[in-house]
Amino acid sequence: MNRKWMSTPYLVWSIAFIIIPLCMVFYYGFTDKTGAFTLANIIAITMEEHMKALWLSMLLSFISTIICILLAYPLALILCNLSVNQNSFLVLIFILPMWMNFLLRTLAWQTLLEKTGVINSILTSLHLPPLTIINTPYAIILGMVYNFLPFMVLPIYNSLSKIDPNVVNAARDLGANSIQTFFKVIFPLSLPGVISGITMVFVPALTTFVISNLLGGSKILLIGNVIEQEFTQTNNWNLGSGLSIVLMIFIIISIIISTITDKDGEGSSL
Amino acid sequence: MSNKLIDLQNISKSYGSNIILDEMNLYIRENEFLTLLGPSGCGKTTTLRIIGGFETPDKGQVIFDKKDISKLPPNKRQLNTVFQKYALFTHMTIAENIAFGLKIKNKSKTYIDDKIKYALKLVNLDGFDHRMPDSLSGGQQQRIAIARAIVNEPKVLLLDEPLGALDLKLRQDMQYELIRLKNELGITFIYVTHDQEEALTMSDTIVVMNQGYIQQIGTPEDIYNEPENAFVADFIGDSNIISSTMVRDELVDILGAKFTCVDTGFGENKPVDVVIRPEDVELTAPEAGTIQGVVTHIIFKGVHYEMEVTANGFEWLVHSTKMYEVGTKVGIYIDPFNIQIMHKPVSEDEEAVSIDE
Repeated sequence: MNRKWMSTPYLVWSIAFIIIPLCMVFYYGFTDKTGAFTLANIIAITMEEHMKALWLSMLLSFISTIICILLAYPLALILCNLSVNQNSFLVLIFILPMWMNFLLRTLAWQTLLEKTGVINSILTSLHLPPLTIINTPYAIILGMVYNFLPFMVLPIYNSLSKIDPNVVNAARDLGANSIQTFFKVIFPLSLPGVISGITMVFVPALTTFVISNLLGGSKILLIGNVIEQEFTQTNNWNLGSGLSIVLMIFIIISIIISTITDKDGEGSSL
Repeated sequence: MSNKLIDLQNISKSYGSNIILDEMNLYIRENEFLTLLGPSGCGKTTTLRIIGGFETPDKGQVIFDKKDISKLPPNKRQLNTVFQKYALFTHMTIAENIAFGLKIKNKSKTYIDDKIKYALKLVNLDGFDHRMPDSLSGGQQQRIAIARAIVNEPKVLLLDEPLGALDLKLRQDMQYELIRLKNELGITFIYVTHDQEEALTMSDTIVVMNQGYIQQIGTPEDIYNEPENAFVADFIGDSNIISSTMVRDELVDILGAKFTCVDTGFGENKPVDVVIRPEDVELTAPEAGTIQGVVTHIIFKGVHYEMEVTANGFEWLVHSTKMYEVGTKVGIYIDPFNIQIMHKPVSEDEEAVSIDE
């Protein structure tokens, strides 16, 4: 009990950088420029342009999450079936890009996808028609999938590798073929990992503004971009805070859903 | 005796340079309770996994009911396994666990419901249908694992150290339960364990294995009373194993003293191993014994005293209900019938190894 003081730096840190900023967001979100209480900033989400941005954010995040699951699940299965040596090498290859700066990686995609970028140069030199990917929603989805895929692979891999091989053997022993074994035993047992993967991809994708800024040009506005612009360009902190609160509610809902379904805390191991 | 149900022919299996099984031959008769017994790494679990279809032998054939099933996947084999640590489906209820195999076979709902009821009754867990596996104790989970296997009416039930994770009391109860189940169901059991007591209690036939070789096959009585080599003698119960010389038929020289025995046909003046069970060493007054020694150690074990007697340079292990103080001079007498003579091991594999289990 006497060691409580050791948590002081953490306490100070969280008060200074989490609690106080959060209070400020709530203060700005529920007041107008004069400091009087108002709900206008919250209700502002119903404005057409904001709804459009929120809807687009949700749609792109949703699509990215689905693509991540489809790519990550087979990969996690492959990782699980490899011997320990090959396995750690592949995991390393996979995690390696994560050590590089997120911005840098997204900028690299910009260079690759640009109208006169690397990909189009190669296509032109092969006398193929150039592609227009940059500044489209497709580029944003590509960026999201690329950046967030590891956060889907790792929880799924984690929950798959925890399945006792004898449980799989038992299913086979009781007459299930490999497809039945997968759908009746392996997949249901890995579901907690899939769900935490979904949260870990969907939430950051929903709030991103960097990916949409760099790969979507300034034409495609996600809810993250709208909030960012209110703070940095329009200088309307009240509206920015109000929209942030709305977004926060969406995130809290998705986290609650995932904690209810993920009782074993598969995601907490990351 | 009934016919061979499973016949393993020349089975070999190795992982890299590590030979697990070498040219193994073994058959299992219908309705037999056969136990594969041996220390860890002896190949007993691999043998079971080959029968179950979870491993393919590098060489040799698995014949089941006169058909070669060596290449068949586990789901195509008419046998079921009870795994170590139960391997229940934790995301399903007890009823769903038991119904798993039947649903795969598309049995009718009434048939499945009847089977669940029957199986739960058989393992004394009526009313557990809607519980989750996690809410059950180890012994209960084990019984569900057995129920899940037997509802499929397999011809053979494979059991891989099923009682290994249970405590002593529960293990003993489950041993009787398994014998009862075996008799009620009338199917063949192949049981893997490293626990010699478990093997002696339950089996019709025991197969003692070490380092990929079968050391001896026999009834529990055969294995205990007439071990074929020092390894079997040492692994099954306590024993005094003494390097001796067979002087002629029915006379053996043990540590310089002549003992009468009943074995013949070992030749004259041939080196042999002699096995004497600790309960067969009779302590007498010094002058009444064949050899004389001093009690050096005594431990009370409940049913008997366990004593160590030094005589002619050998530490004799003695079990006796009569107590002798440390330092007492005693004589040692052994009934000729209780002296078991064995050939010296021909290969290293048969040599007795220390067992740390």
